[in-house]
Amino acid sequence: MNAAAPALVEVDHVRQLYPKGSGEHLLVLDDVTLKLRNNEIVSLLGRSGCGKSSLLRIIAGLMPASEGKVAIGGRDVAGPAQEVAMVFQTFALFPWLTVLENVEIGLEALRIDSAERHKRALAAIDLIGLDGYESAYPKELSGGMRQRVGLARALVVHPKVLLMDEPFSALDVLTAETLRTDLLDLWCEGRMPISSILLVTHNIEEAVLMSDRILVFSSNPGRVVAEIPVTLPAPRNRLDPAFRQMVDDIYALMTARPAGKQTQGAFPGTGISMQLPRVSPNIMAGLMETVAAAPYNGHADLPALAGPLHMEIDDLFPVAETLQLLRFAELAEGDLRLTDAGRRFVDLDPDGRKRLFAQHLLAYVPLASHIRRVLDERPAHRAPASRFRDELEDHMSEQFADQTLRSITSWGRYGESFAYDEATGVFSLDNPS
Amino acid sequence: MAMIRKGRPVAEPLGLGGEGLLPNLYDLAIFVLVAGVFVLIAHGAHEMTASDVRLASEPVTLDPANLPEYALRTTLRMFAAIIASLLFTFVVATLAAKNRKAELVIVPALDILQSVPVLGFLTFTVVFFLRLFPGSEFGAECAAIFAIFTSQAWNMAFSFYQSLRTVPRDLDEVSRHFQLSHWLRFWRLEAPFAAPGLIWNTMMSMSGGWFFVVASEAITVGDTTIKLPGIGSWLAVAIDAKDIHAVILAVLVMAAVILAYDQLLFRPIVAWADKFRFEQTAAAQRPRSWVYDLWRRGKVVRRVSPAIGWAAALVSKLPLGFTRPVKTLHKPVAGSWLDRLWLLAVLAVVAYALWHVVLFTRASLSARDLLTAIGLGLLTLLRVAVLIALASVIWVPIGVWIGLRPGIATRVQPVAQFLAAFPANVLFPMAVVVIVREHLDPDIWLSPLMVLGTQWYILFNVIAGASAFPTDLREVSTLFRLRSWQWWREVILPGILPYYVTGALTASGGSWNASIVAEVASWGDTKLRAAGLGSYIADASAAGDYPRVVLGIVVMSVMVVTCNRLIWRPLYRLAERRFRLD
Repeated sequence: MNAAAPALVEVDHVRQLYPKGSGEHLLVLDDVTLKLRNNEIVSLLGRSGCGKSSLLRIIAGLMPASEGKVAIGGRDVAGPAQEVAMVFQTFALFPWLTVLENVEIGLEALRIDSAERHKRALAAIDLIGLDGYESAYPKELSGGMRQRVGLARALVVHPKVLLMDEPFSALDVLTAETLRTDLLDLWCEGRMPISSILLVTHNIEEAVLMSDRILVFSSNPGRVVAEIPVTLPAPRNRLDPAFRQMVDDIYALMTARPAGKQTQGAFPGTGISMQLPRVSPNIMAGLMETVAAAPYNGHADLPALAGPLHMEIDDLFPVAETLQLLRFAELAEGDLRLTDAGRRFVDLDPDGRKRLFAQHLLAYVPLASHIRRVLDERPAHRAPASRFRDELEDHMSEQFADQTLRSITSWGRYGESFAYDEATGVFSLDNPS
Repeated sequence: MAMIRKGRPVAEPLGLGGEGLLPNLYDLAIFVLVAGVFVLIAHGAHEMTASDVRLASEPVTLDPANLPEYALRTTLRMFAAIIASLLFTFVVATLAAKNRKAELVIVPALDILQSVPVLGFLTFTVVFFLRLFPGSEFGAECAAIFAIFTSQAWNMAFSFYQSLRTVPRDLDEVSRHFQLSHWLRFWRLEAPFAAPGLIWNTMMSMSGGWFFVVASEAITVGDTTIKLPGIGSWLAVAIDAKDIHAVILAVLVMAAVILAYDQLLFRPIVAWADKFRFEQTAAAQRPRSWVYDLWRRGKVVRRVSPAIGWAAALVSKLPLGFTRPVKTLHKPVAGSWLDRLWLLAVLAVVAYALWHVVLFTRASLSARDLLTAIGLGLLTLLRVAVLIALASVIWVPIGVWIGLRPGIATRVQPVAQFLAAFPANVLFPMAVVVIVREHLDPDIWLSPLMVLGTQWYILFNVIAGASAFPTDLREVSTLFRLRSWQWWREVILPGILPYYVTGALTASGGSWNASIVAEVASWGDTKLRAAGLGSYIADASAAGDYPRVVLGIVVMSVMVVTCNRLIWRPLYRLAERRFRLD
């Protein structure tokens, strides 16, 4: 790979804004600049909601960038470009078309005549290991097979760049691994008619396993915080110490507190307008119990924890960060360490756990104490959820406001700090007993 | 629609290789079916354009030899209407889904039109079409077809519009990503995705349509009396002649027609449409149809589908705007002031229309007329409410009982669907004969006729709901030995609520419509009348009193819309939110 090689894809100072309820704009992508060169696999690694999928859609010409520009092969992108083909996380197959028809659809749109279409589609199906399934409908196939159809459909139009949007995340562990290996084999043997792959993922090991370069994205707003070249020789071995070290380093990078940022903990927003992740108290308790027990004894390395729990960073990080917010644990350098309160929580009986949880909830989650204070002040001790929803929507999108309210409802119910009636949408201090 | 089945050459490689060119028995059966349909259509279409002089010289007679032809012409009217409805759906719903300005007008309009009593329309359209085609039977045919059209088109268009608006995001992205032309996008993505909903609504519309085709054939508006050759007119003549045997004959012929429609059209299409279901998992129980199986097994048929696909491919190669790959980027729509301007323009047109309605009615109507209409409307509302409640009390338990027994359900469900399609107004004379003989109070005993045809919607929806009730929940309630009342209240009623609401909504809408025919009945010279808005509209219509027809229709539409908004919609939303089982 030669650094001076001409860039296939050039993303130049792209910013992406979404309108919010209060007339302001939510910054999703902030000043992203990147280059994709010939003959390389580049991963965009980041947490969900960091705008990496939006970036992929901007490159594919499915979505306009608010600011900045994207060029493919030296030409500005102003719509779906012929040089790129995309593989979707959800496979996005037409259920009423057969495998062959699904693969042919891109060629059909290009008005290629049917004999040629047929030949190329069969070749792609052959390449991707789907021969024999030509006449099957997607609903007859397993997830792995469906994604192979998605891959064949993308390859058959002979794109220069293959865009992959978390292509393995909807598959089970074994299937995903087989498909990754097959894809890497085809890539290494140069049997795919493509020059480069841009892979969006939230799976650190996947990024290290597959790419030549990793671009790590921060969340809220999404921006490239690090560019990591992966020079490990192929085929890569997950158990290789150098591989493990790289995974550890990236974990540390992604859990590092952003210097000088005005946030409390890891979540965007401050005070009552903090966006809360959807984490169940059960899974918090489960993680605390796991970390408290042997072999971790209250101090766990996140990558080591993620493996046996089969949790990816999108599952594990929000839980760890919520524990940090509630002061049940500390998160730094890719390690999770239980606090004294966290250790105490593990040893308590269910009622004790609830009481301790409630104390921490009201002390450290501003929205919870806010709701509680409003309920205490009102003579009837009741307040509609819409009141708090409006407050939240001044600071975040409708979707995040909804998620935050759901989370605080679930946590409040567990700690019995307040009650919520779904039918009427009212918070109260009633406790059915 | 068949164009989506574009060439699948490798689908059956073995079968294609081994067979000869000689057709097999299945092909023969299909050929006879197709040829029969062609002959019937040709014959009927020729008769339809005859001049209306023949109407006078060859009046509808009670000669049984004519009955097959009458049945055929009734059926043809039905098909003409369904084709018109489909065209309307494709054009109007597509426009609403793709054009925001059109959407602002079309969607609410469809919503209202769904609630307008169809038979009220007839009064105007008959006059309109007769003037449009003077001296030809064609005008009267158009009026009848238009009446059926108005009973079918709105919910079909609504369903198609909703499907177009809810195309899955990833498939939309794929289509744009691969630059599908508008033509290809429609046949590859939009039409197949909308197919199950549209087909189901079309079938429901057709089932409801039989009622209106019978009602719209024999019409009297003021001095104009029209009897189009058909089952409805046969029935009208039989009533005038007090000929109970002719009525029974009409019932039998109608039953045969509906049976043929159900077996030859409804079921094959539903079975075929199953493959467009969006779920990516294979269904446990797929709809079946022997005609569809015949079709699929036929040899010649396998050559027909690729031929249609070839024709579609030709179209997509034409150098037209809608067949070109779409390369432009979706841009967010700018300028909400344009929308406001458009809204203002629409409001202006509405105000103008309102002004004319007021002018039209004020000339001959007073506030007392309005009060009378509302009072009568409340009477009809009471009837509809009581009857739907009664039908629910009877059919919900029966439907649940049947639905929980799969063996019985598969046999009863087609019967319920058949009964829902059967035009109940063909049965009205029999009930009237009984009322006349026994000197019963028409205010009470004419009422059941309103739900005679519509109650089946409750039954088959409840059966469907109970059949879909999850086995694990049933087992839990058995394990906990829930008492019968608790079981009804906490287990099965919430479980079937979404289905019940759908059925009851359809049933009550149908009953309002039926009231126009059901609240007035006659047998020979004897006239029966139940006080209500339906008889008010029917009387005004027969007298050619247009202002009162308009008033009646408006009051009835408002009442139906109010019921929908105040009762059915909140109930449906509750059912969807709380009681959905998936």
